[in-house]
Amino acid sequence: MALDIESRSDANGAHISLAGELDGSTAPRLRETVDKILSGKPPQLVLDLEKLSFMASAGLRIIIFAKQKQPALKIYLVKPQPAIVDTLHKTGFYDGVYIVDAEPAGA
Amino acid sequence: MEERIDFYPTHELEGVRFRRGRPLPFGATVVPNGVNFSIFSSAADSCTLVLFRKHEPEPFIEIEFPREFRIGDVYSMIVFDLDYEDLEYGYRLSGPWNPEAGHRFSKSKILCDPYAKVLGGRDVWRAQPDWNDVYQHRARLSFDDFDWEGDTALEIPTKDLIIYEAHVRGFTADPSSKVSAPGTFAGLREKIPYLKSLGINCIELLPIYEFDEWENNRLHPETGELLLNYWGYSTVGFFAPKAGYAATGALGMQVDELKNLVKELHRAGIEVMLDVVFNHTAEGDQRGPYISYRGIDNRTYYILTPEGYYYNFSGCGNTLNCNHPVVRNMVLDCLRYWASEYHIDGFRFDLASILGRDQNGAPLSNPPLLESLAYDPVLSKCKLIAEAWDAGGLYQVGSFPAYGRWAEWNGKYRDSIRRFVKGDEGLTGDMAQRLQGSPDLYWYRGPSASLNFVTCHDGFTLRDLVSYNGKHNEANGEWNNDGSDDNHSWNCGWEGESTDPEVNALRHRQMKNLATLLFLSRGVPMLLMGDEVGRSQGGNNNSYCHDNALSWLDWDLVEKETDLLRFFSMLLKFRHDHPVLRGSRFFEHRDYVGSGNPDIAFHGTRLHQPDWGGKCLAFRLCGKHATPQDEDIYVAINMFWDGLPFQLPRPPEGNHWRVAVNTSMASPEDIFDRGGGPQVNSAEVIVGGRSIIVLVG
Repeated sequence: MALDIESRSDANGAHISLAGELDGSTAPRLRETVDKILSGKPPQLVLDLEKLSFMASAGLRIIIFAKQKQPALKIYLVKPQPAIVDTLHKTGFYDGVYIVDAEPAGA
Repeated sequence: MEERIDFYPTHELEGVRFRRGRPLPFGATVVPNGVNFSIFSSAADSCTLVLFRKHEPEPFIEIEFPREFRIGDVYSMIVFDLDYEDLEYGYRLSGPWNPEAGHRFSKSKILCDPYAKVLGGRDVWRAQPDWNDVYQHRARLSFDDFDWEGDTALEIPTKDLIIYEAHVRGFTADPSSKVSAPGTFAGLREKIPYLKSLGINCIELLPIYEFDEWENNRLHPETGELLLNYWGYSTVGFFAPKAGYAATGALGMQVDELKNLVKELHRAGIEVMLDVVFNHTAEGDQRGPYISYRGIDNRTYYILTPEGYYYNFSGCGNTLNCNHPVVRNMVLDCLRYWASEYHIDGFRFDLASILGRDQNGAPLSNPPLLESLAYDPVLSKCKLIAEAWDAGGLYQVGSFPAYGRWAEWNGKYRDSIRRFVKGDEGLTGDMAQRLQGSPDLYWYRGPSASLNFVTCHDGFTLRDLVSYNGKHNEANGEWNNDGSDDNHSWNCGWEGESTDPEVNALRHRQMKNLATLLFLSRGVPMLLMGDEVGRSQGGNNNSYCHDNALSWLDWDLVEKETDLLRFFSMLLKFRHDHPVLRGSRFFEHRDYVGSGNPDIAFHGTRLHQPDWGGKCLAFRLCGKHATPQDEDIYVAINMFWDGLPFQLPRPPEGNHWRVAVNTSMASPEDIFDRGGGPQVNSAEVIVGGRSIIVLVG
């Protein structure tokens, strides 16, 4: 039930890498990280999910939270695992994000 | 924001911190730092909160509610430091064991919260449960927040509704559906374009709250097939959407998935109506399981006999005590929850007459529950539809306590139209009433009180209605004793599947006849899932236990039955295009706008001479009486076996009659787009045997 979070910001935007499981017990830490990052008003938020093995209700809500705080924010999910993409599709969260294979160049 | 002075822990047990909570709202509510648990019981001696980590067989703690946490009959507590995604909770209540007085407390049972918003235990449809689990249906917390993206209630006027009755799983479970998540809310979402092109604007879903598909499971005595509770008319959790109907149910995301489905349906202009079952619960009678109510407050929640047994007005073992004020509030809370949290547009109440019985089972003339429902502020724009009978002999079609708000499943419509179309004598008078929206039943209400239908989940499908004289429910394993015998069906000359082209052509025509009359009638039409493509259940008229191809929609039919589907979509469009068919008041049979024609006039094969004892009927609607104004429509119905000439009334000044529908013709001459049909210039028209012609002018 552990989650590793690595975050950085540069001129292109904000970048967070996640490894492990994003569930009810680990979500609050990510939420704090996202909150801090958004205070810098980045143009885009890139979430590297290649090493994330689990995400459900709590995790998806952080994405929604980010969009609500900053409606123009572009959110990229890099290499999410198929199960997570599936969940995004079936619950309708899919339309709010960009699913990509590699980190996008800055806007 | 200042921190409140009452959201910190005051008690501690085995490392778990808690404090007294707030009695309202009932259920489990997330509050700052914790969860507020609240439950009512009028007769318990004590109540204990039992907490589990998800899926674990044993609880990690049990906390008895201290005496000072109880206010009135409500026990409440806030527990801190919980993992909301991982929590399952239940209650133990101890109290008297005195069945004659209505008390069946059992301290050894862990009971589910009646207000649980999410349940665990049946996360995946048909997954074998752990029968050793002491707590089978487990309450969980719900993530209630959702981004509705500006979803606004459609508030389609009742008179304009065209309802499609569908089973969530049955709609896409068949592999032929080719959806990515068969048999789920997400799967249904993928078929929204189909529903839109068919032309329906309201989908009514068979029970979607938590029920146990394993209830009464058995193997068929001969075939060995597993029979389950497929329809779901047996509530376990009134506030919780069924996890097994969600593709993401295993992740506990059924709430989001269902809300997303509703959002998408609304975007497509389709309202959502839920079939709700407040007449009984899944606990059965005294031999049934302890799931929730029986162990929490048996005497409050159930209508009991003086000896303490369960009245059975539902035919399913018990009867919910709906007019007890506490139960009444639960029903209201529940419906308000679905309306406000899930944006549900309407509710169809199964065996609704039970909602009008008092606490001893006697029918009430002014039932508090029905009155509250009709005037509830949150539900004020929701459609309310009653199946206005129960299994205890209370038949209230035409007399259901409606308070001007309720519509009724018009069983008389179903029976009249079936008998008339199959050729029974003496039904033209009845048909005239049904076509007008049944003023004989609803003279004090208006046609929107009449929910018109030919078929529904109960009984034959449309195709089977014209293919079987009798029911064939052997596959249910009850020796064909179950299911209605009053089907008013006719097999068109052969029982069951036939290769005879004449039999099949007649069946096709009969289906179109029934559909035409249904969609030309005033009132609210309802279509059964799959009837538009001739779905068959092989003559089974009670498919409640079949989770297989017998009840599932075969999407290959969409390719095979193109002319039937075309007929239905164009017929629905015809209804949408002609406001004169959807008036909100009854016809007055007179000319009150000075057009020269009454709003409706009935004829027979000769003008102004309806044959009230025969098998033919015709009528003409004057479009100038419609709002907005419309064309005139003339309908000639011939249920005699041979063709007959019908004398035509004069079309409106300067216009000609054009054919819109002619069920005696094969596709594409059976129905035409607006203005696309051939003109009729003669003074009479020959209507083929067992056919209907609709002219527009």
